Amino acid sequence: MIRISAKWTERIAFFFLLVSTLIIIIPVILITVMIIQKGLPAMNLEFLTESPRLGMRAGGIFPAILGTVYLVLGTMVFALPIGILAAIYLSEYARDNWLTRAIDLAIVNLAGVPSVVYGLFGLGLFVIFLNFGTSILAGSLTLAIMSLPVIITASREALGTVPQSFREVSLALGATRWQTIRRVVLPNALPGIMTGTVLALSRAAGETAPILFTVAAFYLPKLPQSVFDQCMALPYHLYVIATQVPKIKPHVQYGTALVLIVMVLVMNLSAILIRAHFRKKKHW
Amino acid sequence: MESARKPWNRALEFLIERAIFFAGIISIFFVILIFVFLLKEGVSLLKTYPLKDFIFGQKWYPISEPPSFGVVPLLLGSLAVTMGAIVIAVPLGMGAAIYIAVVAPGWLKEILKATVEFLAAIPSIVLGFIGLVTLVPLVKQVFHLTTGLTAISGSIMLAFMAMPTIVSMMEDALTAVPRSYREGAIAMGATKWQMIWRVLLPAASSGMLAAIMLGIGRVIGETMAVLMITGNAARIPTSLFQPVRTMTATIAAEMGEAVQGSDHYFALFAIGIVLFIITFLINLAAGFFIGRAHHK
Amino acid sequence: MEKKKKIEIRDLSVLYGGEEALRHVNLDILEREIMSVIGPANSGKTSLLRTLNRLNDRVSNAKVRGEILIDGQSVYKKILPDVLRRRMGMIFALPIPLPLSIYDNIAYGPRVHGIHQKSVLDRKVEESLQEAFLWDEVKDRLNLPAMKLSGGQQQRLCIARALAVEPEIILYDEPCSGLDPLSTAKVEETMVRLKSRYTQILVTNNTKQAARVGERTAFFLMGELVEVDATDKIFTVPTDKRTEDYVSGRFG
Repeated sequence: MIRISAKWTERIAFFFLLVSTLIIIIPVILITVMIIQKGLPAMNLEFLTESPRLGMRAGGIFPAILGTVYLVLGTMVFALPIGILAAIYLSEYARDNWLTRAIDLAIVNLAGVPSVVYGLFGLGLFVIFLNFGTSILAGSLTLAIMSLPVIITASREALGTVPQSFREVSLALGATRWQTIRRVVLPNALPGIMTGTVLALSRAAGETAPILFTVAAFYLPKLPQSVFDQCMALPYHLYVIATQVPKIKPHVQYGTALVLIVMVLVMNLSAILIRAHFRKKKHW
Repeated sequence: MESARKPWNRALEFLIERAIFFAGIISIFFVILIFVFLLKEGVSLLKTYPLKDFIFGQKWYPISEPPSFGVVPLLLGSLAVTMGAIVIAVPLGMGAAIYIAVVAPGWLKEILKATVEFLAAIPSIVLGFIGLVTLVPLVKQVFHLTTGLTAISGSIMLAFMAMPTIVSMMEDALTAVPRSYREGAIAMGATKWQMIWRVLLPAASSGMLAAIMLGIGRVIGETMAVLMITGNAARIPTSLFQPVRTMTATIAAEMGEAVQGSDHYFALFAIGIVLFIITFLINLAAGFFIGRAHHK
Repeated sequence: MEKKKKIEIRDLSVLYGGEEALRHVNLDILEREIMSVIGPANSGKTSLLRTLNRLNDRVSNAKVRGEILIDGQSVYKKILPDVLRRRMGMIFALPIPLPLSIYDNIAYGPRVHGIHQKSVLDRKVEESLQEAFLWDEVKDRLNLPAMKLSGGQQQRLCIARALAVEPEIILYDEPCSGLDPLSTAKVEETMVRLKSRYTQILVTNNTKQAARVGERTAFFLMGELVEVDATDKIFTVPTDKRTEDYVSGRFG
């Protein structure tokens, strides 16, 4: 048997580690380059501001962009307040008991429920049982519940980074618990909460399965007028033109993918900037 | 100083604290609500279709006459794609996590982490679309198949999509191992690789198992990408090089056409229950491993 | 003239989980005196303060037995915690300025208690800073972040902040443990000058500080009150052998 020296074993092992890393990283770069390269030719004012024509093969994707913006806003309206309050409960009020453990378990499981199951749930509860119909309202609510665990977890973490001593100072001055939370804890946790929320919303923006049966429309001749209307959405639009529209020019597909990615990335980037900006200003 | 605080402030605070409490327990409420609604619709199937035939039925022909709603081919489809994905993703992800956590120099580490995070941010529909136009033809060509829309394409795609979960969590687990462990091993003359193999990996094992669990959860629940690239043939797979159909893809593809209140509609909810239970158990397992990792 | 009893502690025991932090403590604190509380680490001094102002309520496994009365009123039965804490300012071991300006730090308490009128707040800020002998040093830079002050200034800021809600009692939890001797001297001077208006309890590891500042001194050991008496008696002719060992530096 040939004995390989420890040094050589290490070199070989590290080589394979590097190879596995590259197998993951290189496709990411290739995909990005490809989408930008093939999607950029589609970018013009018409593409971004007009409705689709000729069975999605020409014109623009404005209704889908607008629909996704509506859905993200709707998701935020429902998920943000509940998420923050829930995080406040867990960080400031919950004691170490069975209820808290049950909540933790529930959050982990909500985070793990497949997105298509959220779609089913949204269909069953919001569309049919509450009779909202396939609508922006039903879609936003579905996405909001899906985003809750992420928002709660991130906000809770952000609240946890505020030093306990700040709370004690405030309480010792005669502030009530809620005053302490509102005046000391929340302001100092806000950057973290915002970062987590924006990340959760960027995920919601890219989701297809939950909106499939709750809001998304194949094609709508006019823009939605109220929260009870259906709307088009970028991810679903990409699905449609990628699989159900024959003889479509690739640059329309790549262009749609590019717009969706840019939207999601802008949100991610702003989250990172918020975090960086406030980390610099942090004094403790 | 006379108190300028008004009495209704106390009442208001009481209400706010009630609201906080209800928001706090709302996650439990939603988990139950999701389960109840899946159950409510899914169980309606049993009025006309026996449970036995759903669970053990080997045929999924929802629109033939009479229809059959056997979940087995879909369950096996999901399993095949998932197993394939995990076999690919775990070794690669582990390798990358070790490389990023221990081997890579600081500047490269940040770039690699950012790239993995970027991958996590790309919507799955975009990855599905790219897979459809690049991976599917590639698989067809490489394996000389009549179609590239196969389980293996889905596995490769899903392995890729599970990477951010697996790599970041494993990397966290490795980084969480106390410095003293590493330095102790190095001080005793071990090479870096020996230290990784004998000290770091065993110490981080719980966290890494949790990462694998959550990776499985991510893969089994993925919908749009598998819908687009696995070929969607609802039959029991005998090899990874055949078209298959997963549970998630079935729901996504057929709910649009299923008539509300029909057996087909209820059957899709029944699949949702199966999915819910599977992911619930996987997350429970992940939670168990996470708990163990924290107790160390 | 006999001073009135401000705080009466009756048979007070405090437990964390199963651990007893205080055992059957009986102690009276008189109006407008400075009571020094000394003792080695883990003797229960800090627990005493945190039980007095009910900050212990935050610790989920803390249990309190016995009775504490302020002006004859039961702290745990008759007074809401925030009302209680407002009457009882607390200065922590390390200066903890909130991440706000000097002005907003001082105004925090009054604002919490419903005062929002600018002129009233301005007056309160000035008065409190003057009482804590910090006004002259900071009057031109009230909008500066409080974190920018020196350690000693920060601690006096914390005192001013506590004074701004007009408490009756001030609790100090080893207030000079992080300060250099010069800053310590200033804080001590502040305490002595506040004597005419406030009841003060000073928990300290520093026996010399207790001797310098306190009129009476209580010695705690392992959760028990060993001895309480006039400060000069405790430091010259203590009745208990353990007190003598401690103040003469034989342990602790």
